[in-house]
Amino acid sequence: MIKLNVNGKDTEVDVDSDTPLLWVLRDTLGLTGTKYGCGAALCGACTVHLDGQAVRSCRTPVSAAAAGKITTIEGLSSDRSHPVQKAWIELDVPQCGYCQSGQIMSAAALLAHTPQPSDADIDAAMSGNICRCGTYQRIRAAIHRAAQLKSGG
Amino acid sequence: MSLDRRAFLKSSACVSGGLIIALHLPGCSKPGRTSGEPKTVAANAWLRIGTDNTITFLCDRSEMGQGVYTALPTLIAEELGVDLGRIRIDFAPAGDAYKNDLLGTQITGGSTSVRDAWLKLRRAGAQARTMLISAAAREWGIRAAVCRVENGFVVSPTGKRASFGACAEAAARLPVPNDVKLTDPGNFRLIGTSVRRLDTPLKVDGSARYGIDVRLPEMLYAALAQPPALGGKAASFDDSKARALPGVKAVVQTSSGIAVVATSWWQALKARDVLAIKWDDGANGALNDGVILRGLERATGTAQSARRDGDADAVIKSAARVVKAEYQLPLLAHATLEPQNCTADVRAEGCDIYVPTQIQQVAQQAAASAAGLKPEQVRVHTTFLGGGFGRRLDVDFVPAAVEASKAVGKPVKLLWTREDDTTHDVYRPPAFDTAIGAFDKSGKLIAWKLRLVGPSVTARLFPAVVAKSIDPFAIEAAANYPYDVPNVSVEYLRHEIGINVGYMRSVSHALNCFVAESFMDELAASARRDPLEFRRALLSKQPRYLKALELAAQEARYGAAPKGRFHGLAVMSGYDTYMAQVAEISLENGKVRVHRIVCAVDCGQVVNRDIVVAQVESGIIFGLSSTLWGEINIQRGRVQQTNFDTYRVLRINEIPRIDVLLLDNRAPPGGIGEPSTALVAPAVCNAIHAASGRRLRSLPLARHKLA
Ligand code: FES
Ligand code: FES
Repeated sequence: MIKLNVNGKDTEVDVDSDTPLLWVLRDTLGLTGTKYGCGAALCGACTVHLDGQAVRSCRTPVSAAAAGKITTIEGLSSDRSHPVQKAWIELDVPQCGYCQSGQIMSAAALLAHTPQPSDADIDAAMSGNICRCGTYQRIRAAIHRAAQLKSGG
Repeated sequence: MSLDRRAFLKSSACVSGGLIIALHLPGCSKPGRTSGEPKTVAANAWLRIGTDNTITFLCDRSEMGQGVYTALPTLIAEELGVDLGRIRIDFAPAGDAYKNDLLGTQITGGSTSVRDAWLKLRRAGAQARTMLISAAAREWGIRAAVCRVENGFVVSPTGKRASFGACAEAAARLPVPNDVKLTDPGNFRLIGTSVRRLDTPLKVDGSARYGIDVRLPEMLYAALAQPPALGGKAASFDDSKARALPGVKAVVQTSSGIAVVATSWWQALKARDVLAIKWDDGANGALNDGVILRGLERATGTAQSARRDGDADAVIKSAARVVKAEYQLPLLAHATLEPQNCTADVRAEGCDIYVPTQIQQVAQQAAASAAGLKPEQVRVHTTFLGGGFGRRLDVDFVPAAVEASKAVGKPVKLLWTREDDTTHDVYRPPAFDTAIGAFDKSGKLIAWKLRLVGPSVTARLFPAVVAKSIDPFAIEAAANYPYDVPNVSVEYLRHEIGINVGYMRSVSHALNCFVAESFMDELAASARRDPLEFRRALLSKQPRYLKALELAAQEARYGAAPKGRFHGLAVMSGYDTYMAQVAEISLENGKVRVHRIVCAVDCGQVVNRDIVVAQVESGIIFGLSSTLWGEINIQRGRVQQTNFDTYRVLRINEIPRIDVLLLDNRAPPGGIGEPSTALVAPAVCNAIHAASGRRLRSLPLARHKLA
């Protein structure tokens, strides 16, 4: 049994310790908002927060997450009220949407550390997240908008 | 969180065309419902009206990012006189009622969804409105003609109001009116605006359900070992190691490889990777890029004529000046971000498949044959699609899921890895094309000829189509050559390459527009004319092309590029949409950098402006990924690219600025999901020519050193 804290709740899972966190979240805990795109830390679809840092859960063994607090897209807010979610809705960012949980988690981590990111900050923080639908222009705009919302605008 | 299988079954059991009161179908009531609870009335194949005033639209096209989940109910809402927010969306099952009239089966592809629905769904909405009004008018004892709808109510001239829900049952008993009046375009409330997407909220909190997210009671997971050489098969295998691993429930030999079924996908995958399989490479064991290219170059046989004006061959023979060039394009992978998957639940009496598909009835057929059932015993539950791009017009991932479920007697979710997905795609066809132009003594372009050579997707997927005619999806953006040239010839020689090719975003437009529009620049250069001016002169009888071209050029300040930057342009019509692009590039350290793409779009009547803009942006980024890096290489029948490190797509730090300009008009809607992809390569290559004098006749650009 491995103890985890996911979205503020303590839980125990019975899986091999080398199982990637991604599959524990998705298949064991049923938190399917976090997606699988590459399994190789190349696409960012599986991004979650581990103690506030954006990590690729497809390459994070569940044992490495046991000590920390895990936040998934389901736990970012209970009502789509996180500024990043609000901005995403305002700008209708998603197309197929498959990458967007990962995009949003990466963006939320960026804003937590860098409240007013420049375009270069956005490039650096978001270049690990592929969007095959090419929503990048809107992602950039929505991150700037989320920064505004966060600072009260 | 888990997908409620029974709910799925119920919603599909309730679906049928025509006017039925769904309440009376067994199994349609909600669990624990009492007699006072709402009933649901089917106004037609798409529309359900509840006595509780809910309005549900059954979306019969797959939502893969292109916006049908919003655009299609917009057409209904417009006619029903309600706001889009009033409408709930469910995905429709497979069925003839949902056939795409432009393509002959239930299919989401060819940028047809809005074009097909434009009159059909507006009529469906108008019929429902007419019936609701009639029912209320009858009840009130007044003429229907004096009543109107407002916000989900029928309203009488004296201000009496009856909700749609209250009228629904009576309305369903009325005959379906044939002659209905559609809302006048001048009175559109929703069509042509930027109504917010209905799927956005579901896609910002992780609740949108894709195929990969399906969860059923007692469901098992499967990973599949597929032959490394395309077209190969397993000669023999030893699964003793795999079976010994924890969680493994079964190893099943399926029609497309060896499936390991386990209690979690990760366990299935780990066990798959220790299967000892002897593969028979089959016919492709010696296939590689060189063999494919030489085959295309040397292909002989009788080409089919796609277009013939005048006598291009004769004119070319005797012309004062002839320009000839050969172009070559590689195989490409779709790389949908959601890898292929299918969940199947086979039971003795029937089968359910939960699948991100663009082609429901074909998926149904494939599942039926794999299960040994009749198609009508297979229920297809379409999920959200994590990208489509034509990949999910193929159903090659369906049978193995069905076979595995049948073998273990439980629901099975079969999921491919990214590597499986890249190495077992149905690839965008390669091409080897020859273009010839001829000028007379005065320098007038008098003949234009294009000979296209490549494998046919349609021959494999819809053989009946090519039995009767040339493959219509091989000659796009070629047969409709728009320039005013007296002698035009377009020929297509089908040449198969031994591996399966598939439809990919923009289909043959992306091949042929590259050739036709690059070659237009070659002809302009030969004539010592500016590419814009050269095209303009030959488009005087093509106002829609010309307008798009002028607008793109004007917005990009064509001819006045900033220092060190260069412009290239391309123009095309496809999917009933007219489009022009200007690419602005610079060359830095032997590499091209694309700074900006301006795209002018005439897609006739716009349904949702914001979605149109998003699709054009999306298509451009898709096209630019292919232009810069897209290439699938084959060695010994094996695809060399595996994941996003070797099959590169654009990232946020690599995109150009994109400006989309809409030319509105009242022509019927054109398709928008695909066309913009096709213009990127020629526009960029034409800009590279402007910058360097070098003409690149093959892609991707990563192949070329641009010193
Ligand atoms: S699935 Fe983890 S980075 Fe792609
Ligand atoms: S929205 Fe489709 S991959 Fe990003």
